[in-house]
Amino acid sequence: MAVTATYGDAHADPHHVGRAAEHPGPASKRIVTAYGFWIFLLSDIVMFSCFFAAYAVLADQIAGGPKGSEIFDQRNVAIETVCLLLSSFTCGMASIAADVRSRFWFYLGMAVTCLLGLIFLVIEFKEFADLVSRGYGPSRSAFLTSFFSLVGCHGLHVSAGVLWLLTMMAQVFAKGFRADVLRRMMCFALFWHALDIIWVGVFSVVYLLGSGV
Amino acid sequence: MLGKLDWSAIPFDQPIPLIAGAVVLIGILAVLAWVVVKGHLPYLWHEWITSVDHKRIGVMYILLASVMLLRGGSDAIMMRIQQAIAYQSQGYLPPEHYNQIFSAHGTIMIFFVAMPFVIGLMNLVVPLQLGVRDVAFPTLNSVGFWLTATGALLVNLSLVIGEFARTGWLAFPPLSELSYSPGVGVDYYAWSLQISGVGTLVAGINLVTTVLKLRTKGMNYLRMPMFCWTTLASNLLIVAAFPILTATLAMLLLDRYLGFHFFTNEAGGNVMMFMNLIWAWGHPEVYILVLPAFGIFSEVVSTFSGKALFGYRSMVLATMAICVISFMVWLHHFFTMGAGPDVNAIFGIASMIIAIPTGVKIYNWLFTMYGGRIRFATPMLWAVGFMVTFIIGGLTGVLVAVPPADFMLHNSMFLVAHFHNVIIGGVLFGAFAGFEYWFPKAFGFRLDERWGKRAFWFTFTGFYITFVPLYVAGMLGMTRRMQHYDVAAWRPWMIAAAIGMAVLTTGVICQIVQLVVSIRNREALRDRTGDPWDGRSLEWATSSPPPVFNFAFHPDVRGEDAYWDLKAHAKQQSLEHESPEYHDIEMPRNSPTGFVCAFFATIMGFALIWHIWWMVILGGIGAFATFVVFAWRDHDEYVIPAAEVARIDRVNLEERRSLVSMAGAV
Repeated sequence: MAVTATYGDAHADPHHVGRAAEHPGPASKRIVTAYGFWIFLLSDIVMFSCFFAAYAVLADQIAGGPKGSEIFDQRNVAIETVCLLLSSFTCGMASIAADVRSRFWFYLGMAVTCLLGLIFLVIEFKEFADLVSRGYGPSRSAFLTSFFSLVGCHGLHVSAGVLWLLTMMAQVFAKGFRADVLRRMMCFALFWHALDIIWVGVFSVVYLLGSGV
Repeated sequence: MLGKLDWSAIPFDQPIPLIAGAVVLIGILAVLAWVVVKGHLPYLWHEWITSVDHKRIGVMYILLASVMLLRGGSDAIMMRIQQAIAYQSQGYLPPEHYNQIFSAHGTIMIFFVAMPFVIGLMNLVVPLQLGVRDVAFPTLNSVGFWLTATGALLVNLSLVIGEFARTGWLAFPPLSELSYSPGVGVDYYAWSLQISGVGTLVAGINLVTTVLKLRTKGMNYLRMPMFCWTTLASNLLIVAAFPILTATLAMLLLDRYLGFHFFTNEAGGNVMMFMNLIWAWGHPEVYILVLPAFGIFSEVVSTFSGKALFGYRSMVLATMAICVISFMVWLHHFFTMGAGPDVNAIFGIASMIIAIPTGVKIYNWLFTMYGGRIRFATPMLWAVGFMVTFIIGGLTGVLVAVPPADFMLHNSMFLVAHFHNVIIGGVLFGAFAGFEYWFPKAFGFRLDERWGKRAFWFTFTGFYITFVPLYVAGMLGMTRRMQHYDVAAWRPWMIAAAIGMAVLTTGVICQIVQLVVSIRNREALRDRTGDPWDGRSLEWATSSPPPVFNFAFHPDVRGEDAYWDLKAHAKQQSLEHESPEYHDIEMPRNSPTGFVCAFFATIMGFALIWHIWWMVILGGIGAFATFVVFAWRDHDEYVIPAAEVARIDRVNLEERRSLVSMAGAV
């Protein structure tokens, strides 16, 4: 730009950053929203990492109660994992449908995502209820405390995600694919995929490592 | 129906909190009555409570911090009086009340004074310095503020309804576990911090995104004012550290509410895990507070020296180095845990290393002053006072970073003196400097210099008279948090500290007087140019107070010290084109979302503290409904027509033109 050229005395650019590093100005709303949400997700992952750390510290503190290998049911965990990973795929399909403004495929993708999320939650809830009924509730030992907290925290996030998912469907139904609705949809998709990543961590650290002992 | 809440929650047998509570209540009711009778309620609602303007939210943050400073300060005065008279006697405070006071003092000063003060200043200034119209997420910004206010409200409620924690400001287990603290004190502590912590996290995400994604044209990273850099560093720390606090408090609450065993003595719980987690948040926290203060000093020192900041790039590097290293030192808070010499040595060395980038900064400020035309206006006094004071605080910090020395000094009054030395001499002086410096930007008139200088000198000397004796008492073996003591050698120092407290209080009173005097003389102190200090960064390029949209045009930045360059080139490059073409500006609409959210959060927090479960559910549903209603809005922006922008901007330019011609004359 001409302005930069006329302004080209040494004082204005003491470090010779030059035009190559010229900053174009504020980013678009879409970028800003997604960026902010990414940062939120990172902070959420820090929060999870505390529960992971607590689990790592307390995993052996069974206080005479059951060990992980005695209470984990690999088959259920496998189904849960498949549900969640698959739901990430369907969520991706819903995102694409939103991008091409296809209401039908959007609703379908979201509905399947919701269903898979709910199946995951039901299995997890049954696992918890079963453990509590056998006297292996979270107050039984520090190990169970950290197990219930870490897995439960993920479960709470999935529940919140389902609530958000339904709100998104309602928003598209009421308002269509408006720019702000699409931005929210993008955040929701990021959220849902992040839950998947965290589940991979839970699955590996809690169930896989725990079952071997 | 009301859970654990009944009449026994109100401490009828304790006159001090009751009288204090009554006075505050009467004060609040009087202010409310005045607002309603004078008909200011609609104005307050439309212009402030529902405002999403970052400048207004910043001002409200600072107002909250100031009010809470008085509360936390009263606690401090009570403690100093107690320790001055409690030699071989019980003093005037019963132990359980004294314990609540020191816990509340620490909690309030960190979470509800220092945090809102620096976040308020960042909110107010950073978008202006970046040359943009708003923060990244304006409504979220308002939510963050009101959640912080909710936390402060809950802490203050504990004064009259129930009790506050008696555990110290970090609520260490097992003391904070249900078996040792069965009352609601720890619950008040934990829920108010949980709620305000969410607010802080929101503010952190917002400001990080603002700095990284919303800079005006031409503002490369290495052209950002130093305050924006420290804001970035501080908010990165918030985003990385506050979730740890959330998780830790959640674990403590699970222990207390549902019988979990994270930190209990039974069933394999691990108390030291709490120490590790809380300090993994808590140590970065002190840098969250002090980094923005460093930024303020950088701005103030370069403005009042009339020079560009010396060693700008080394300053950026030092800031980011502190940002990273601050996460590697947390264990120095419990060298005595028994982690062994190797671990202690590593953390001791890491703690000492932080002194290097901090030293770089100090030298940069000194070299900025060297050869400059220094004006000792009030903000500059605070900056110079800070440099002297903070060096002492920093050096005593390096001393306690040596594990063997720490074995002797930890939990002593020496430590208390050290961290007050850095928090008051660093954060609070920085906050006051920023307050004096940016007040004219926020309100359009300067603060009275005479009273400002009085406030500085009383606070400065009062600080030394209060805390140097505490260093000595610590060396003499006095531990912290003592309700009373029998060692004659400590007493003179406690009396000296109490006298210092009186001087310090005089400083605070001077500051209140300064505010009153300045408001009364505001016409004489009016800042018409928008640039009362001959500033260097973009916040001075707009009028004081700035219009709601900050800038009619996004400024085009071509170097460090953006506005200084503009002024320097004003002759060739006059500030405005002959007839600039104005455009419509879209601004976010006001929204009661933040206030309503905080309303439900308050209900939920209170209900959780007192185990009123139906009310918890009500609050939760309300909070979710608020978000859905917010998401359902159809119009979240309004348009300021170009003609209106032109009218507002021309007034600003007119004033500024006279400033430039005056500067040319000089």
